Amino acid sequence: MKFSLSWLTHFLDTRASVAELAAAMNRIGLEVEGLEDPADRLAGFCVAEVLTAAPHPDADKLQVLTVNTGKGDPLQVVCGAPNARAGMKGVLGLPGAVVPANGMELRKSAIRGVESNGMMCSVRELELGDEHDGIIELPADAPVGTSFAVYHGASPVFDVAITPNRPDCMGVEGIARDLAAAGLGVFKPHREEHVPGAFPCPVDIRTDDPDGCPAFYGRVIKGVRNDASPDWMQNRLISAGQRPISALVDITNYVMLAFGRPAHAYDLARLSGAVFARRGLDGEQVLALNEKTYTLDSSMTVIADEEGVHDIAGIMGGEHSGCSQSTTDVLLEIAYFDPERIGATGRKLGLTSDARTRFERGVDPAFLDEGLDILTALILRICGGEASQVVRAGDPPHTPRIIAYDPMLAKRLGGVAIAEAEQRATLVALDFVVSDDWQVTAPLRRHDIEGPADIVEEVVRIHGLDGVESVPLARTDGVARPTATQDQVMKRRVRRAAAARGLNEAVTWSFLPTEDAGHFAGDDQGMWVLDNPISEDMKAMRPSMIPGLLAAVKRNLDRGTDSLRLFEVGRRYFRNADGSSLERPTLGVVLAGDKAPRSWASGKPAPFDAFDAKAEALALLEVAGAPTANLMVMGEAGSQFHPGQSATLRLGPKNVLARFGALHPRTLEHFDVDGPVVAVEIFLDAIPARKGASGFARTDYSPPALQSVMRDFAFLVDASLPAAELLRAVKGADKANIVDARIFDVFAGPGMPEGKKSLALEVTLQPAEKSYKDEDLKAISDKVVSAARKLGAELRG
Amino acid sequence: MNDMDALKDSALERIAAAQDGGTLEELRIEFLGKQGSVSVLLKTLGAMTPDQRQSEGPKIQGLRSAVADALAARKQALDNAGLEQRLASEVLDLSLPAPESPRGTVHPVSQVMDELAEIFADLGFEVKTGPEIEDDWHNFTALNMPESHPARAMHDTFYFPDHDAQGRRMLLRTHTSPVQIRTMVSEGAPVRIIAPGRVYRSDSDATHTPMFHQVEGLVIDKGIHLGHLKWTLETFLKAFFERDDIVLRLRPSYFPFTEPSVEVDVGFAIENGRRVLGGSGDAPGHAWMELLGSGMVNARVLEFAGLDPAEWQGFAFGVGVDRLAMLKYGMDDLRAFFDGDVRWLEHYGFSPFDQPTLSAGVGARA
Repeated sequence: MKFSLSWLTHFLDTRASVAELAAAMNRIGLEVEGLEDPADRLAGFCVAEVLTAAPHPDADKLQVLTVNTGKGDPLQVVCGAPNARAGMKGVLGLPGAVVPANGMELRKSAIRGVESNGMMCSVRELELGDEHDGIIELPADAPVGTSFAVYHGASPVFDVAITPNRPDCMGVEGIARDLAAAGLGVFKPHREEHVPGAFPCPVDIRTDDPDGCPAFYGRVIKGVRNDASPDWMQNRLISAGQRPISALVDITNYVMLAFGRPAHAYDLARLSGAVFARRGLDGEQVLALNEKTYTLDSSMTVIADEEGVHDIAGIMGGEHSGCSQSTTDVLLEIAYFDPERIGATGRKLGLTSDARTRFERGVDPAFLDEGLDILTALILRICGGEASQVVRAGDPPHTPRIIAYDPMLAKRLGGVAIAEAEQRATLVALDFVVSDDWQVTAPLRRHDIEGPADIVEEVVRIHGLDGVESVPLARTDGVARPTATQDQVMKRRVRRAAAARGLNEAVTWSFLPTEDAGHFAGDDQGMWVLDNPISEDMKAMRPSMIPGLLAAVKRNLDRGTDSLRLFEVGRRYFRNADGSSLERPTLGVVLAGDKAPRSWASGKPAPFDAFDAKAEALALLEVAGAPTANLMVMGEAGSQFHPGQSATLRLGPKNVLARFGALHPRTLEHFDVDGPVVAVEIFLDAIPARKGASGFARTDYSPPALQSVMRDFAFLVDASLPAAELLRAVKGADKANIVDARIFDVFAGPGMPEGKKSLALEVTLQPAEKSYKDEDLKAISDKVVSAARKLGAELRG
Repeated sequence: MNDMDALKDSALERIAAAQDGGTLEELRIEFLGKQGSVSVLLKTLGAMTPDQRQSEGPKIQGLRSAVADALAARKQALDNAGLEQRLASEVLDLSLPAPESPRGTVHPVSQVMDELAEIFADLGFEVKTGPEIEDDWHNFTALNMPESHPARAMHDTFYFPDHDAQGRRMLLRTHTSPVQIRTMVSEGAPVRIIAPGRVYRSDSDATHTPMFHQVEGLVIDKGIHLGHLKWTLETFLKAFFERDDIVLRLRPSYFPFTEPSVEVDVGFAIENGRRVLGGSGDAPGHAWMELLGSGMVNARVLEFAGLDPAEWQGFAFGVGVDRLAMLKYGMDDLRAFFDGDVRWLEHYGFSPFDQPTLSAGVGARA
């Protein structure tokens, strides 16, 4: 909300400086977002008198003036305005002054060969209005040499952010009341004498919707002239950022901005019959003052006459019955509307206005008669006319809230001890009524006061939050206890392990283009798709970590990056059966471009392959605490992956801990990325929690006493047999002796029978108590061979 | 000069002249082999009288060891020369680059969240999380923002068309505050938590992104007041920025979920074109910057969460994690946080070994 200092001081008798007032507003919760002093913009402009005016020797449209600035010799100024003439007073910009309208700094110069020492200014150049036919003409008594800012009465303008709980400060008077309570001066509320009606109100006013419009007061004023409003009012409205329109419109705007009280003036000639509040009819339309047509429904309160709707109650008036220059008789409406209904209607219509802002936050229910008196007095004074009697339909809420308050609460909740007398004085200054036993009655305008905590806020903010001393929270004895959960520790470890493996952590959007998300969505669960996305690119919640990373890969490759290792730890979004959100913590890795650049040692750049993805998957699963030795490599990584170069890692057939592999060429095509690209997704929530990790001591250390023995085996197997199956069979052939087995060669092709391949294994045998004899080794070998044979493997000679 | 001396001189001379291992071996056989000249001499000892043996023995033995030593020394010398020659042929240009290993990084948001967890752990706060796809009861109603509340509209909320089993409208949480409610409902009081995480608002410009990160703090206990809030924020910010001259300015404000509500400004100065926190905002060359929102938890919120406001009270605060990261580590564009540009990640990201610790300082120095 913007208002000028002179407007504020209309309601506040103060000697405080602008800076002090701004600081005080910040201190008490009225945040000053801007402070602009028009005097700064008008620096270097002064009242001057034109002494002589002569035609310019070399230009038809220019004149050469001599101008008295009140100081020193008169200055010569070249001027193009037709109304410049000897004897007039105007505004002179001196060299160094900056023209507000265009930011140009004035300089001594020569115009068509004639020296000019300044510029006589127009209204538009000083941004005081739109007129630009000539230079400003000041009255004859304007004191020459005075700073124009001082003469003009330019007053600094505050821009204050009013929090939604303080509609009472959405008028200048309310701000003055708060400042006075904070000791910045004496509050001067502005009230007008009631003007008794000279005749009965000719309009039947009533409320047929007492829920939406509990009170509708009104009166008619006949015989008004709707000319321009007076300068003082225009200046205040301009300081508030409002454009003056006509006296009647300006007066209602002025009352809204000065007192936080919206009201409406109807052109009586445009009304027919009774005027009343009612519910809208479904489908009923009204053309509002913003020249847009709104379709109403029965949840909305409107003001209507027999013919139709004239006002979307509390939000915006109708174009049809708005006041114009030809208006001679007006109906004034000052009403109280239900704040919730105003908010709901405004949201439904997507219509905001200054009136709605105030009504939906809650105007002062006790200000209907006073507001009407002020409106009446201003109209009679400015527009003339004669007022009817007042009609009052319905009653505004009038039951104040009374709160049992304990002054000790200021200390207990607010952390600052404030003397009872000071608390009482603060509350009284804010218009609260405080009984001897601290029953505190809030003024009706303070809709935000609901309980004792609100009273604490009032006394503490006026006392000053500076007075709150820091008090340490209680600490546990000794060193702080660990607080991280096992899950949090796991994520930290995984994240840092991934970075230690050379991957760069990215944070990508949780929402994706629906198509990208759909490409990665499973069939079983519907995606979460936003109703009101900020753009189509941010619409569906990601069902996978890969698409977001892939989009980042695309951006990086487009920038010329040749090697990418990105990962992200985040959530994928699914649904629980009850409709709530199931958010699965997931680690995604994408490796794209060159694994290693071309180099003097290795020659060509090497691309990533599915085994790089597998390496990341296993290493990170290991860090995450997964029992990697027990994992099975199985298929079904998903249609987004290369069908022959991808796999899942499972703990048991159902529990998929990760998927990895090369991405499907169609996936890369969809994301417009050149392949190959490999990816990993680790489903962190599928990793079983580690059991029994309560202590710190490791298991006993017992290295074998005897050296282990290596034996190599080569088997001929079906080409389609997964190597891991043979490995598992061999490892399990004699668990007492075989401690490890490793595949060290795979061979298929020339020399191999059709459909077969050779797998060579190195098996580590660990003797327990005594060294192996030949027959021991033979027995173990036989077990290995026979276990392998069950998979159709033949030992090669 | 007898024969033995002559043999010795000639043997040593020839051994010294040998140029390779083969020649040396031939000489060893010639002198010390079974039929070697020195071996033959040694054999003559057997046929000698004890007196002769007494006088000739040491000479012959001396000859044998002189020849053997010379052979060994020469062999060593030849081996050394050979090794040197081989090594001379194995020179590598070590100015060539070694195989590179990629340098991974931790995202600033993760780093700062780890820092927050570390600092607040010392103050006894646990880290809590909650769903990002929330229902409107947890995100608004329970936080004292009924449907008609103007503050709801100010949140620029992303909505889903869906409702949960209780008919609550599903949305993307606009703040991490619903975690307050969930924690109080499930764990009761006392509470000391922070809740970092992603939040969403339908807003996008140079300083706003539709997704960003917030950390919420909540303390519920007996006798907690604004003074505790002030101390906690001061203590946290001093630890986070590792500066003792952090000065806060508390301003009354409004949030539906707190009463009284307090906006917190922090003093800063511009140094080398950057905002550097520290000092009073009223000091020369300094100004105040709005940093976080906070307040005493509204009694209604406690009631919604099932706590008795007559027994429990406490404070809550919320601050942007990305904002904290930017102020501490000097990024100036929020949008870059979520772009995944590897150049940015390498520039602003952190080493995995920058795990924040209290003993080393939670921050990672540039």
